[in-house]
Amino acid sequence: MPEISTVWFWLVALLLTAWAVLDGFDFGAGILHRFVARTDSERREVLGAIGPVFDGNEVWLIAAGGSLYFAFPRLMAAAFSGFYLPMIFVVWALLLRGVSLELRSHVTNSLWRSFFDTTFGVSSFAVPLLMGALLGNLVRGVPLREDGYFELGLFAAGGDLGVLDGYTFLCALLVLTTLAAHGANWLVWKTQGPMHQRVRSLRLPLWLGSCSLWLLTTFVTWRVAPDVIARFPQRPLAWLGLVLVLGGLTTVFLKRKEELAPFAGGVAFIVGCLVMTAACLFPVALRANEAALSLSVASAATGASAMKGALLWAGPGVLLAAGYLWWVLRHFRGKVTAARDGEGY
Amino acid sequence: MADPLAWHRLQFAFTIVYHYLFPQLTMGLALIIVLLKARALRPGGEAYATAARFWVRIFGLNFVVGVVTGIPMEFQFGTNWARFSAVTGEVVGQLLAIEGLFAFFLESSFLAMLVWGEKKLGPKKHFAAALALFVGSWMSGVIIITTNAFMQNPVGYGRGPDGVFVIQDLGAYLFNPWALAQFAHNQMASLVTASFVVTAVGAFWFLGGAHLEQARLNLKVGTGLGLLASVLVAFPTGDLQAKLVAHHQPAALAAMEGRFESGTRAEIHLLGQPNVKERKLDNPIGVPMVLSFLAFGRFNAEVKGLNEFPEADWPDNIELLYYSFHVMVGLGTLFIGLMGLAVLFRWRGWLEKTRPLLWALMLAFPFPYIANTAGWMTAELGRQPWLVYGLLRTADGASPTVHAGSTLFTLIGFCGLYLVLGLAFLFLVGREVTHGPEAAHA
Repeated sequence: MPEISTVWFWLVALLLTAWAVLDGFDFGAGILHRFVARTDSERREVLGAIGPVFDGNEVWLIAAGGSLYFAFPRLMAAAFSGFYLPMIFVVWALLLRGVSLELRSHVTNSLWRSFFDTTFGVSSFAVPLLMGALLGNLVRGVPLREDGYFELGLFAAGGDLGVLDGYTFLCALLVLTTLAAHGANWLVWKTQGPMHQRVRSLRLPLWLGSCSLWLLTTFVTWRVAPDVIARFPQRPLAWLGLVLVLGGLTTVFLKRKEELAPFAGGVAFIVGCLVMTAACLFPVALRANEAALSLSVASAATGASAMKGALLWAGPGVLLAAGYLWWVLRHFRGKVTAARDGEGY
Repeated sequence: MADPLAWHRLQFAFTIVYHYLFPQLTMGLALIIVLLKARALRPGGEAYATAARFWVRIFGLNFVVGVVTGIPMEFQFGTNWARFSAVTGEVVGQLLAIEGLFAFFLESSFLAMLVWGEKKLGPKKHFAAALALFVGSWMSGVIIITTNAFMQNPVGYGRGPDGVFVIQDLGAYLFNPWALAQFAHNQMASLVTASFVVTAVGAFWFLGGAHLEQARLNLKVGTGLGLLASVLVAFPTGDLQAKLVAHHQPAALAAMEGRFESGTRAEIHLLGQPNVKERKLDNPIGVPMVLSFLAFGRFNAEVKGLNEFPEADWPDNIELLYYSFHVMVGLGTLFIGLMGLAVLFRWRGWLEKTRPLLWALMLAFPFPYIANTAGWMTAELGRQPWLVYGLLRTADGASPTVHAGSTLFTLIGFCGLYLVLGLAFLFLVGREVTHGPEAAHA
């Protein structure tokens, strides 16, 4: 039996991965929205493709946040306060994204709609960028102090670390490009007509970009955090992640004429990347620049008996959430058509 | 103001007060929609179905703003209150995770179906969607209030290494008497807001001579539920809550009443201005013995004054606490009077001819929002200077690495975003209300 803290580490990782995959295509659709959808009816088609699901998709983040707070309170305390500004920026972007999606279609005025199309695009752009940079920070490490907290400026300057430096910016670009490609896959699957054709032709360049950025990032990670990469061979789950990444990319490129298969391939690629990252970071929960100060999964965890007891709600809870997801996707299966005014997103 | 604590508190207070303007309506309104739709399922219920359709549109707008303004709340535990979060994973984080898994997934799965899916689902399944939103939103309420109740009245806990809170007695923790009373009180207060809003819209249409059938229906439902909820929010739920405060937070009770001297046969103050510097209440007008009775059920019970407690344990904003409490109680009393009058007049058939009363009902809807906010300010200011009452001080809970400049920056950002959001929201709700109950417009 693995340690209970390890179980929760993977449970939180599962929730975060679910968020990345599910809300990921919402962000991707949002990034592409202003560029691929040109008429109002095409824009409503994009919104219709994600409107009924995005709210539920976002809840995976809330559930992940709550579970992180429960299972690894010291990690949550250190990371959220250390990344204070970027975290609040994420909150603002999520807020703006939700508002734009929900309020846009209430008014027919073209200026109103154009305004929310832009805020929807900008906020969908901001979340992956920020989250990518934060993920990069977790891999690169943060200046954790002895009291378990850290302070980090937004920009790296003059030898001081920052949330944004060359490496984390690269990670941000990787996440941004991948989610744009993932969103394109979703839109190809869910839409039809001229916009569908436009998105279809964007898929290949986006995935090529994502694939090259992934190779580049992996190579740079090897320089930035060699100890993280060094754990790779001993981690079976990392190998599984690699298989998912390679299999996913192969599917994306070989099945590029199809609609559902590339989407599944994209999902596998994203899941694989995150699984590899988590497997290689483990047993470190928050990597400090000074290795001795790193916060480990075991040391950041809540008490073992509480975490064991909590499996009683966490297991059924995750299954229930998956059930809702299946049910909602089934309900909205098939291609969307733009809703008429007053009848949908 | 280099001390970030004040800015952390102000930001949390601002974002939570703003956030709660929306759930307080949606929780009550969800119940009203379920009742309307249940009636609509029976023969001759078309008018109720129309009313439900209108309120679902209002519900949808409120729910959306409630969701997006709720996300910052969860994040702020970590960003602004890191030292609090570091020790409360088991007693606070756990419930937030459960809320996400069991309430939010439920609500998010059915919201789009409730708002857009009536044609597709048919009446029965659409009723089920309304029921799901009601269950989800009330579940969310009970979870958050159980969390808050632990901070107000910690029970069933132990302290681990580094002061970490652990649950030792799950039953005691979950069935905290504070949580039960506060949940009942809060849900009734939420129903007060929703029924006042329903009433106000009915009165607005009626006074404007538009949509008379729907106006009457809203007036009937709104005033009936309004009177019921206004009574229940005071008694037994508010009374129960007051007794818990008296028992568990005597310093908070003393501050709520601006009471510095201890004594028996304590009077309740109707008016007066707390003068903390001189430790007295200026210009008091009170009724003897009532406070003793309300707090402890006996007219000669001793009620402690703030002088009994070290100043370090006093709530740190006695003036605001005092006014919050009095605004809540004062408004709550007026609500019973107003709704009582409205129900009486409607029953006698006078309401439609009594335009001043309809005007009052139309203009009254902001006041439950004020009363709800004042009530929560009473609870949260009364808890000070503690985050977890008697155990963890507010000053010891803030993030150690976030300085005042960062917090003020984000507070300003929240103000700007919420201003724009509020304007868009008011515009959209105003449009719906002036458009009326007929089929949705473009």
